[in-house]
Amino acid sequence: MTRTGDTLLYLDNVSVSFDGFRALNALSLLVEKGEMRAVIGPNGAGKTTMMDVITGKTRPDEGQVVFGEKTDLTKLDEPAIAALGIGRKFQKPTVFEPLSVWDNLLLALAGDRCPRFTLWARESTDEQDRIEQVLETIRLAELRHRIAGGLSHGQKQWLEIGMLLAQDPQLLLVDEPVAGMTDAETEQTADLLRDINRTRSVVVVEHDMAFVRALGVRVTVLHEGSVLSEGTIDHVSNDPKVIEVYLGR
Amino acid sequence: MNRTATLICLVLVLGGALLLAAGNQLAAPGSTFHVPTYVISLVGKYLCYAMLALALDLVWGYAGILSLGHAAFFALGGYAMGMYLMRQIGTRGMYGNAILPDFMVFLNWKELPWYWHGFDNPGFAILMVLLVPGLLALVFGWLAFRSRVSGVYLSIITQALTFALLLAFFRNDMGFGGNNGLTDFKDIFGYRLQADSTRAALLIASAVFLCLMLLVARFIVTSRFGKVLIAVRDTEARTRFLGYRPERYKLFVFVVSAIMAGIGGALYVPQVGIINPSEFSPANSIEAVIWVAVGGRGTLVGAILGAILVNGGKTYFTGALPEIWLFALGALFILVTLFLPHGVLGLFRRREKALPTKPTQGTATEPAE
Repeated sequence: MTRTGDTLLYLDNVSVSFDGFRALNALSLLVEKGEMRAVIGPNGAGKTTMMDVITGKTRPDEGQVVFGEKTDLTKLDEPAIAALGIGRKFQKPTVFEPLSVWDNLLLALAGDRCPRFTLWARESTDEQDRIEQVLETIRLAELRHRIAGGLSHGQKQWLEIGMLLAQDPQLLLVDEPVAGMTDAETEQTADLLRDINRTRSVVVVEHDMAFVRALGVRVTVLHEGSVLSEGTIDHVSNDPKVIEVYLGR
Repeated sequence: MNRTATLICLVLVLGGALLLAAGNQLAAPGSTFHVPTYVISLVGKYLCYAMLALALDLVWGYAGILSLGHAAFFALGGYAMGMYLMRQIGTRGMYGNAILPDFMVFLNWKELPWYWHGFDNPGFAILMVLLVPGLLALVFGWLAFRSRVSGVYLSIITQALTFALLLAFFRNDMGFGGNNGLTDFKDIFGYRLQADSTRAALLIASAVFLCLMLLVARFIVTSRFGKVLIAVRDTEARTRFLGYRPERYKLFVFVVSAIMAGIGGALYVPQVGIINPSEFSPANSIEAVIWVAVGGRGTLVGAILGAILVNGGKTYFTGALPEIWLFALGALFILVTLFLPHGVLGLFRRREKALPTKPTQGTATEPAE
């Protein structure tokens, strides 16, 4: 694997151990600008740890994690990495439950995060326009004043995706976006992700093979902390190594 | 609802204090409208407790920091004021020493310790009232929040903090009057402390400061900062991935809260006439938590209401049925936790929600902590 000018995220030889358990084992991954990548793998393959390493929650024991031209992510903490333009959606929808849909998006909106600013900040018309825009995209315009805690599971998932959009990141990491969704919601979510991908790079971690197939993007299969196979969905699902991991044993 | 409650609270506190002061100063003793001076000081004391409760609600209700040592900031503000009041005694002390407070003469000290210098100046003393609790909160908070200490662990170390201060202030060598603390004050800002008019003025000052603090706290929690704070309280990790630094938000609000508590303590000391190490006792901080819980956590106004209600009850019970009080307090806490999770203020709120025009669906659920 080599980096080109179009590389947005570059993981090289990344290893992480927890008490002797190797969660990531010399993992290497390359995501291009504007690419959407699906990451699949059985439980314990290291998918979430990979996200943790990229977003600064976990420090790798060894290896390189580079964002854009030359930003070393291993030296930065979560808020600094978020400020660089990497957004993360969690497996379980995590929105700010006591706040309204509108306020959730307001807090996510790209801008100054310093207490000195937020203490005096007033909503500008520009901010209001951007929130309206996101509300349209995630189809929650009608529910803007609703308290986020009262939303349905699927609506919370979308609100969280909306928060990521409001954050305006260059790279979106999305952990199991369709877990617990109905078929109709799953389809809408796939549309939403494709929509988002027109302007940003997206990494989707997913269990649902039908969903990954519907996305129609390059797939990386993780197994025991490293890449087992990479290519189109047809390529990886016919790869004997992948078949053995998923169906064997 | 919150805006109305705040307005009602401001009017009641200011109006009530003014009426009581007028009843004390203008009505002749013996008339039905006369308010005895002990009532003035008692209500003034409640208002100071209300400031402590308000300060606690700001950190507990909105930032999820359950401080079990908040009375320490209150007591530090009180000690700073007490030191000023001690220096005002001058030659009127038992030993007639113009510089040294009585307890230092008694301990055979020859010189005023360095940290007592400046306290004869009211401006310096007021500055210390703000600075000492504020700085302690800054250092303590910076260490705790930066290391991401939260929840029960944070509560325990706040408790340890106030206990450590309790032990330290007990020691005669510390130079704060040891066990007896500071007392026997004569004047404040040139006015005789025993005079009824001074008492009335202190009550009004307490009411004014309480109202100002309520306005400041409300400004903070209704701003965008306040929304971030609520987000931090409930889902701290998520705010980090959005690019916020929760430790800075917590630190700011913790320091503001400590300063509020310190001002409360500074107004408390001249009205009760004494400050001693027992103010640092962990039980005091825990009692403050009960006031907030009884009134309604995370409502600001509820904290003030709770402090006044519980302390009113305490005054009544310790007079009428002294052996019952602690049981009553314990029972109150259990009952409120079981049946009024949103405190007394929650009663009104629930009624409002039950109105048919407003759908009950989708109301906020506050996290249990």
